[in-house]
Amino acid sequence: MLLIPCPWCGPRPELEFHHGGEAHIARPEDPSALSGTEWAAFLYHRGNPKGSHAERWRHQHGCGRFFNCVRDTVTDRIVVTYKPDEKRPA
Amino acid sequence: MAGPTSFSAWSLLRRAFGGSWPEQWRSPEPQAAYDAVIVGAGGHGLATAYYLASEHGFRHIAVLDKGWLGGGNTGRNTTIIRSNYLWDESAAIYEHALKLWEGLSQALNYNVMYSPRGVMMLAHSHHDVRVFRRHVHANRAQGIDNEWLTPEQAKAFCPPLDIGSSVRYPVMGAALQRRGGIARHDAVAWGYARAASALGVDIVQNCEVTGIARGPDGAVTGVETTRGPIRTRKIGVVAAGHTSVLMAMAGVRMPLESFPLQALVSEPIKPVMPCVVMSNTVHAYISQSDKGELVIGAGTDAYTSYSQAGGPHIAAHTLEAICELFPAFRRLRMLRNWGGIVDCTPDRSPIVGSTPVPGLFVNCGWGTGGFKATPGSGHVFAATLARGEPHPIAAPFSLDRFRTGRLIDEAAAAAVSH
Repeated sequence: MLLIPCPWCGPRPELEFHHGGEAHIARPEDPSALSGTEWAAFLYHRGNPKGSHAERWRHQHGCGRFFNCVRDTVTDRIVVTYKPDEKRPA
Repeated sequence: MAGPTSFSAWSLLRRAFGGSWPEQWRSPEPQAAYDAVIVGAGGHGLATAYYLASEHGFRHIAVLDKGWLGGGNTGRNTTIIRSNYLWDESAAIYEHALKLWEGLSQALNYNVMYSPRGVMMLAHSHHDVRVFRRHVHANRAQGIDNEWLTPEQAKAFCPPLDIGSSVRYPVMGAALQRRGGIARHDAVAWGYARAASALGVDIVQNCEVTGIARGPDGAVTGVETTRGPIRTRKIGVVAAGHTSVLMAMAGVRMPLESFPLQALVSEPIKPVMPCVVMSNTVHAYISQSDKGELVIGAGTDAYTSYSQAGGPHIAAHTLEAICELFPAFRRLRMLRNWGGIVDCTPDRSPIVGSTPVPGLFVNCGWGTGGFKATPGSGHVFAATLARGEPHPIAAPFSLDRFRTGRLIDEAAAAAVSH
């Protein structure tokens, strides 16, 4: 089980969290202008990388807030967690 | 080229008195060029190569694998076979596979131990009851066997099952597909490998694809591998959990996420489970292998990963459900627990067909339930690869459906929670 450091609550067990998929996917500025291909890219296409992955988590059974997390998808080791309005650390 | 040993009662008897069995497939060095290259020597990839050779006249095919054949999800799944999905498109492809399963041992002259012992899916809530009854009606309209059982009938079909009211989630009924069952997963990979190799297919193990080469027109021209470059005009990516990684080599982003899916087996015991039992609500599925081990499957882990492990709490949760449903199994010891990496699509249906890159084809997204489709998947993907246009059964499962919006939502029928 992962031990996930919530930026607000500190380290908590994985069971308190809900995985929210890939992070930093911005909703289109002008949705009505999008083509089908662009909608597919926004809604469905994901990087799904083997290695460093920026993803969202929600502290469902805690503070209830979303945050972002960089995790290595080969070792499952969490590199860093950060608040939603912050940029992905380099 | 010498064909493989033909298996018969006579050949088995003769070998019993001496001599070792010859290798069942060749292990050739990769050639410089092939008519088609299949990436991934799992069941789906080997089946694709076999049908390309046997039905479409391809003579120069390579199947590449970074590890050993059948060492990925083919060797890691819980071997359940059924075709009782919901939508017509799914019914067509899974039923196509089921019909091929029925004659597969004869077609390959290799015993894949397909055993149609029945797959029973338990309903634990009024919602389950309604959903499963809807599936039963849909399947009967599609000509696929699926029947509704009362709790007493479910108990009669599977005696170890506890249908008492003290269970946390009591059994309120079940949907039973009698033609469903299990097969020996390794034998499926070995049988296809042996038959494909006999038709001239080069199966190259320990050969990882590290790049996809493309010409000025964008079409594929070959693959880079850890054993040197290979030229080809047709590439079929059949790489399950690693599909996103391979497609990224050609600059294609996929509607896929890879999750660990865990399974475990108990110590071997005498025959006790006559069928396959699945329960989506309490998260468990179970059958008994011919070796006597109870084969148990869990749901996926919560997060994307390539670790082939997953958290122990997922397996523990599944065992709690098994012990609740089958109190007699409470003192059994578990022998092994492992994970496989499954590639899940947003609609829980596979992707079989062409890609925006000319010459690059993909067969992926089978998620948590690909084993059952192995022969059908290989069969329709081979036709798609050979002709350059989708086989009618594969057509609805195009990558393009995520652009058109014609999704095939099988989240309920996929049975394993995601």
